Amino acid sequence: MYKSEAASWFRIYEMFQFQSIHMYGLMGSALMVGIALIQFIKRKKVKDINGNPIIIPDKDKSIARYLIGGILFGLGWALAGACPGPMFVLTGAGYFPILVVISGAVLGTWLYGLLKDKLPH
Amino acid sequence: MCGADKTCDFFCFDWKAQRWNLLIMLGAVIGGFLAANYLSVNQVPDLNPQTVRQLQAYGFESAGQAYVPTELFGNDAFSSPKTLVILLTGGLLVGFGSRYAGGCTSGHSISGISNLQLPSLIATVGFFIGGLIMVHLIFPLIF
Repeated sequence: MYKSEAASWFRIYEMFQFQSIHMYGLMGSALMVGIALIQFIKRKKVKDINGNPIIIPDKDKSIARYLIGGILFGLGWALAGACPGPMFVLTGAGYFPILVVISGAVLGTWLYGLLKDKLPH
Repeated sequence: MCGADKTCDFFCFDWKAQRWNLLIMLGAVIGGFLAANYLSVNQVPDLNPQTVRQLQAYGFESAGQAYVPTELFGNDAFSSPKTLVILLTGGLLVGFGSRYAGGCTSGHSISGISNLQLPSLIATVGFFIGGLIMVHLIFPLIF
């Protein structure tokens, strides 16, 4: 993530300005590999290291939680310039203020735990 | 629950502890350390010059010269209340949003769409709506 610059706040900003193909190329190529591999896993019924079949459950059918949750996530993603993976990558790279972001994120999940029964799903 | 890629599961704080997620997190930290210190010689994203100009107009002098904005992630971030609020709020939104949506960009945009799941496409659309609102409507107000 570090080398691809997915962990760079600047790249996220640039992406939302549509000023470079960089992040889109990154995600696009990941998608191509992902789709191909998952199709391979499903059709060949590939097993995991323990010999169990790999089952990828379908997601719940709904809109509200994905759309609202998605928008909130997106707001944070642009503001902090990081999603969960990059947060830890940046910690390792030595940008310690990211620990504030991580604390915020943990707080956010805890808040979700408190409020979830009141939210549309 | 949190998407095919479990990166966001760490933030599923209320649920049963899943130790392997912590291992993934540790791996990411180590990876970041190795990449930044041993695999890069001062890696600076080669941004679009227009992006750099816009950011510098906002006060981000480090645009085009650093990996992440030193204004937000340098060590003096800890002494600036505004920066701390920005970092905390960004984190809050990511944590809350990813739990609510049941995944983040890895879980939905990559794994979910690879598995051809419509909810993941909806989530990804949401991510973009949020990001665009933040960058185009809110940044001009706060920076």
